Amino acid sequence: MAGAESSAIAGLRRRGALDAGTATVWLVLAGAAIFLLIGCLRSTTFAGYTVQGLALGSVYGSLALALVLVYRATHVINFAQGELAMLTTYIAYQLMQWGLSYWAAFAATLAIAFALGTLLQVTLIRPVQHRSVIAVVIVTVGLFILIDGIVNWIWGADFKVLQSPFGFASFDVGGVAIPHKDVWVIGVVLVSVLLVWGLFRFTKVGLGMRAAALRPAAAALVGVRVDSMLAIGWGLAAVLGAVAGLMAEPFQFSLSPTFMQPILVYAFAAAVLGGLESPAGALVGGLAIGVTLTLIVGYEQKYIGSELQTPFAFAVLLLILLVKPTGLFGRRDVRRV
Amino acid sequence: MKRQIPALASLLVVAAVLCVLPFILSDYNIYLAAQVGIFFVAVLGLNILTGYTGQISIGHGAFMAIGGYTTAVMSRDHHTNLVVTMLMALAICFVVGLIVGLPALRFSGVYLALVTFALAVSVPFIPLQYSTFLGGVGGVTSSEEVSNLWIYVAAWTCSAISFLLAWLLLRGRLGRAFRAIRDSEIAAVASGVELPVYKTLAFGISAAYAGVAGSLFVLATNGFANPDEFGIFLSLQLLVGAAIAGLGSLWGILAGAAFVGLLPQVSSSVPVIGHDQGRDVVFGAAVILVMLLLPDGFAGLVARLRRLARA
Repeated sequence: MAGAESSAIAGLRRRGALDAGTATVWLVLAGAAIFLLIGCLRSTTFAGYTVQGLALGSVYGSLALALVLVYRATHVINFAQGELAMLTTYIAYQLMQWGLSYWAAFAATLAIAFALGTLLQVTLIRPVQHRSVIAVVIVTVGLFILIDGIVNWIWGADFKVLQSPFGFASFDVGGVAIPHKDVWVIGVVLVSVLLVWGLFRFTKVGLGMRAAALRPAAAALVGVRVDSMLAIGWGLAAVLGAVAGLMAEPFQFSLSPTFMQPILVYAFAAAVLGGLESPAGALVGGLAIGVTLTLIVGYEQKYIGSELQTPFAFAVLLLILLVKPTGLFGRRDVRRV
Repeated sequence: MKRQIPALASLLVVAAVLCVLPFILSDYNIYLAAQVGIFFVAVLGLNILTGYTGQISIGHGAFMAIGGYTTAVMSRDHHTNLVVTMLMALAICFVVGLIVGLPALRFSGVYLALVTFALAVSVPFIPLQYSTFLGGVGGVTSSEEVSNLWIYVAAWTCSAISFLLAWLLLRGRLGRAFRAIRDSEIAAVASGVELPVYKTLAFGISAAYAGVAGSLFVLATNGFANPDEFGIFLSLQLLVGAAIAGLGSLWGILAGAAFVGLLPQVSSSVPVIGHDQGRDVVFGAAVILVMLLLPDGFAGLVARLRRLARA
């Protein structure tokens, strides 16, 4: 009897249900959620910051998710992900200049982003992919510089303004003013993430992509076109990046060639916090970083002003890697000698 | 000994050319040659880290920023001798490099790239916050200005010293330990290499090199340090230089330094694209092309040519 019970517990452990680490992570997350909830109920200022933080966090989360998609498939970080998002935001700006409505430009931009991401993977990444991690990293670094140059060349370095479809009105929820903008941003990011998740979970292409990421050789043997799957993965990452860029713009109030660089650092921190391998982790990480940064900048002006947001995110990134390198939802990497 | 004669000869040729150059070049070209010298020091330093120990850093611009600000601030506030400020930059960056290197022990590869990238993006924000001490957007101007010739001589003297130093350091025990770590950390530990000591040391040494380069870099821009010139672009430039240099050959490092030191200046005058934007477009395209066409950098090209010549 006792033996059966312990084997049942062992079975649960194997599935990770009773894993001490996972339990701690859930406890910490639940604690943070309760803290935020109590704060929101007690102070309207706090609630305002929290909602804004969640909106910003969903932007960071979607860029982090783009990084995670690429990392899962090829074990490489695309350092040009932020700049790619910046470029696609400029494309949306240009389409709107040519007279398209916001949402038409939005849809067209996502399509262009997909094509661009796929094209870049096929032409630039594929030839160096099998060489070394450093080679791929340096190619993405080159892409970073190239995109920066192209955007400066075509649109110039001065600020551009996208007319926002969200307006400046706000909802009134129990005395807390919640801007329409924040709600829209959270909604748009959530819908895009759900669509991408659905694609991975319920379609044949998604199944192929998961197979190609997990076991490339075995996937190829059963007829998955691994190369095409990786290219589509880059395309989807570029789409998520474009969503992040378009949704980040209303918070910056303007568009400039460097506007995604700090956001890329926040997305790095978010992706690492989530464990770098876990899509859900990237989103949770993004929300956590967004809320933390907004609350800190909101309440603590003296030592960590808005200028020190990026260095602070760097410190967080460092701390996560030192204390818990696998992040919240990552797996420990076991290597054979 | 016999094998070292060609290496020695090429070293002498480079030294002779460098001695003659200031007499035949115009003032502006001396400035450009000095830029190459500055990047030689930085790329050499980064090469010790990436080429010898196999650790990647996308953040060496941050160490250049620390070195540069050290020189500018010391000169502004205390009128310290410029050479002394360079030594201070070296010492400070060595220590900061050790500190950054400590967490680098825990993670390698992609994670290290992430951390150093974030470092490079973060550091330019620090002068903006502490603007009374570090000048904010306006930057810090040192009390002394030096001529282009001064910079040229200083940059290439530093290059010579750092090259000699690197050669002395890497030919013996230290270099062997570094290479062992690059090839296999586990095998290195098994053969008695103390991983923590050597990995942090590599970071410290390479940061110290970057610090001296940063100090020279600020002096070359009329002793003016501001956050803009130490943006992420500078760090990317250094990494690109190290990638082009390939592993540990003098010619490779010269080629890498010349590439990153000259291309931004030269490509500003590319016709169609125009003045400022030309730099990034040409630079980015060149980086990607080099990576696609020259997998082992310039050093690999030299080795391949040598093999062809022998065959």
